[in-house]
Amino acid sequence: MRFYEALGLEPGLMLDAQDLQRRFYERSRQWHPDRRARAGAAEQQKALEMTAVLNDAFRTLRDPVARAGYFLEEHKIVSSKHPPAELLEEVFEMNMALDELRRGDESARPQLIDARDRFVKLLAEIDHGLSALSIQYDKSLRGTPDESLLLAIRGVLDRRQYVSNLIRDVEKELNVHVSN
Amino acid sequence: MSTFQIDFGNAQSTIVGIDLGTTNSLVAVMEPTGPRILSGIVPSVVSVTSDGQVIAGGDARAMLITHPERSVYSVKRLMGRGADDIQDELKLFPFHLADSSESVLRLQLGEKVMTPPEVSAHILRKLKNDAEAELGTPITQAVITVPAYFNDAQRQATKDAGRIAGLEVLRLVNEPTAAALAYGLDKRKEGIVAVYDFGGGTFDISILRLHDGIFEVLATNGDTHLGGDDIDNMLLRIAFEDIQSEWGQDISAKADAVQLLRRAVIEAKEKLSFVPSAVIHFEFGGKSYQREITVDVFNRLIEPIVERTLAPCRACIADAGVKVEDINEVVMVGGSTRIPLVRSAVEKLFRSRPHTELNPDEVVALGAAVQAGVLSGDVQDQLLLDVTPLSLGIETMGGLVSKLIHRNSTIPASASEQFTTAVDGQRNVLIHVIQGERELVKDCRSLARFDLKDLPLMPAGLARIEVRFLIDANGILSVTARDVRTGAEQSIDVKPSYGLSDEQVEAMILESFEKAGADFQERQVREARVEADSMLAAVEKARHDPTYRELTGAERNAIDASIQDLLTVYNGTDHLAIREKLDQLNGATLHLAENMMNTAVRGALKGTKI
Repeated sequence: MRFYEALGLEPGLMLDAQDLQRRFYERSRQWHPDRRARAGAAEQQKALEMTAVLNDAFRTLRDPVARAGYFLEEHKIVSSKHPPAELLEEVFEMNMALDELRRGDESARPQLIDARDRFVKLLAEIDHGLSALSIQYDKSLRGTPDESLLLAIRGVLDRRQYVSNLIRDVEKELNVHVSN
Repeated sequence: MSTFQIDFGNAQSTIVGIDLGTTNSLVAVMEPTGPRILSGIVPSVVSVTSDGQVIAGGDARAMLITHPERSVYSVKRLMGRGADDIQDELKLFPFHLADSSESVLRLQLGEKVMTPPEVSAHILRKLKNDAEAELGTPITQAVITVPAYFNDAQRQATKDAGRIAGLEVLRLVNEPTAAALAYGLDKRKEGIVAVYDFGGGTFDISILRLHDGIFEVLATNGDTHLGGDDIDNMLLRIAFEDIQSEWGQDISAKADAVQLLRRAVIEAKEKLSFVPSAVIHFEFGGKSYQREITVDVFNRLIEPIVERTLAPCRACIADAGVKVEDINEVVMVGGSTRIPLVRSAVEKLFRSRPHTELNPDEVVALGAAVQAGVLSGDVQDQLLLDVTPLSLGIETMGGLVSKLIHRNSTIPASASEQFTTAVDGQRNVLIHVIQGERELVKDCRSLARFDLKDLPLMPAGLARIEVRFLIDANGILSVTARDVRTGAEQSIDVKPSYGLSDEQVEAMILESFEKAGADFQERQVREARVEADSMLAAVEKARHDPTYRELTGAERNAIDASIQDLLTVYNGTDHLAIREKLDQLNGATLHLAENMMNTAVRGALKGTKI
């Protein structure tokens, strides 16, 4: 996996943030195009390519969610298109309340604020679950990697994406009507 | 010559740092003691004299008042922009557009027509000539600063200006980042720093993390059309109205009157940073207008403009992922930060007293010189990691933007996307690349259209073309494509939405050389003499070197004879003759140079600094 290679790391889901930053700075000092400004065209091009990958790698790996997404992508585990079934009812109700607010019915606001707060809490729980699964998976890397854990993580990431989209939608609507 | 120069430790020519500002421009150079501003401030004004000569700087600024229709200022506002998106500017600035303005603006200056990069090139050439005169060495490479919030087209236009002026632009550096570099020297080793850059025409805010010589930009934000110009224009409008009611005359259409009044307004504005009250004093056509403005009134007038800088600051803090209290220092850059209200607004927002030790007009150029030192290898311990200010995306179905590289990504940055065909036998795919943060294409800025052409004949959906978008360290995009199945490079046609094509830039470079024909001849001679001067000086210095005594008598005689030969042709007008004698002297001193070099290397190996 080239993002891990770019930072000289073994693939895994748990990374130490400080170590990552240190590796990033170290390699930047070595490969940044500013360091090769007077080299030949070929070496300049190489420095540009290497640094672009290094930057892309650091940006992806320093964020646990983006990191897990990249890891799964590299394992060809694609996301399912289905929304999480256990949230359907709540989402249905929230959409009704959103419609009411859009029509100018302010009485829907407290319900929406409640819903948003619940989703924000849920997001924190999801992140907690993600890191628990990540630790578990990395342990399994010492022996035979447990692929079933990756499928579980896929589910968590999909749920996360869905919930953060919900939060974004509610906030957008809440803000629009505050400013009016 | 080159061999000898290597031995004196400056194998390659000097790289200068240039602040190409909206109002003023400056050139600086890195020296062992630190960055230094060369010559003086050059007003960013270009004029065409009645005999067709193009002049830039102070002389052009004088012509701005006598011949406003032959002059242009604040051209930076027009860089990389199209005729359709500068309508607002045209209301406030006396830019005279030529008829042929399409995706590139063309300005009418007297009988000449020039694009904004060509106008900027004249300013750059003036800086280049000033620097050459002061340093006594030819300048061919430069670092040029740009507002952090400049988009791809504006950056490309700046790079084009450099090329037209005969400068290889080794790096475009963001102005606030350059300022941080100038401040960062011998200062704080670790910490979070904010740079508030409020100049003549642009506003930038950047937040950086400093770590042991690394300047990592965490986030940047800004407004490329917000600056001291806006304050001037506001005061101008007020004066126009006053004069209209006092004189019963609208002078806003009289270009020379407007320029005079603009100068009066700017004088008053600048005074108000130091005294509690100032008078706008203006005389025209035998009539006179005076208006006193107190600081209180001034503050009330400019408050909305100052307020407009604060929203980008808050967004930048959020994007950087830091809290206000995490920010250790705030650095002020740009002439408009002299205004006390600006300082107090910044102090209030960041809850700390901003740094104003360095001259806010010079700090960007100084930083550019430091970056020039980084590129030349003279500055080893500092490194800038900058970001792209705007997200890069492509147009998808329904006029929506799909983001590929998010804003504030460290550059160089890249992203890949696979494309395929929608119908059987489709031979090309059009990709529309966009810069901006909004969800709809129409709310973002069109960068370019890429045409993937000559695709293999195939049923729909089978072709697999991988397109790679790469933003380089200058913040400029390049695109490559390859056929995933064959691995072959896929041909691609680029149509930039704004700006000059490569051919147009080449033509302008040629033209600028032809026009400068006689001028050029003279320059060649002057440059050859400059090289001869530094060579002669180097040899004189070398006579005191211990290795000089190790030369044989014949070798010393050859050197003296070569010097005599060089001096004979020195005052002639044939630059080739001077260069020939220079080469001869170079050959005669080869052995001396080698000996000195070896001694220097031995010294270096012992850990002595050369």
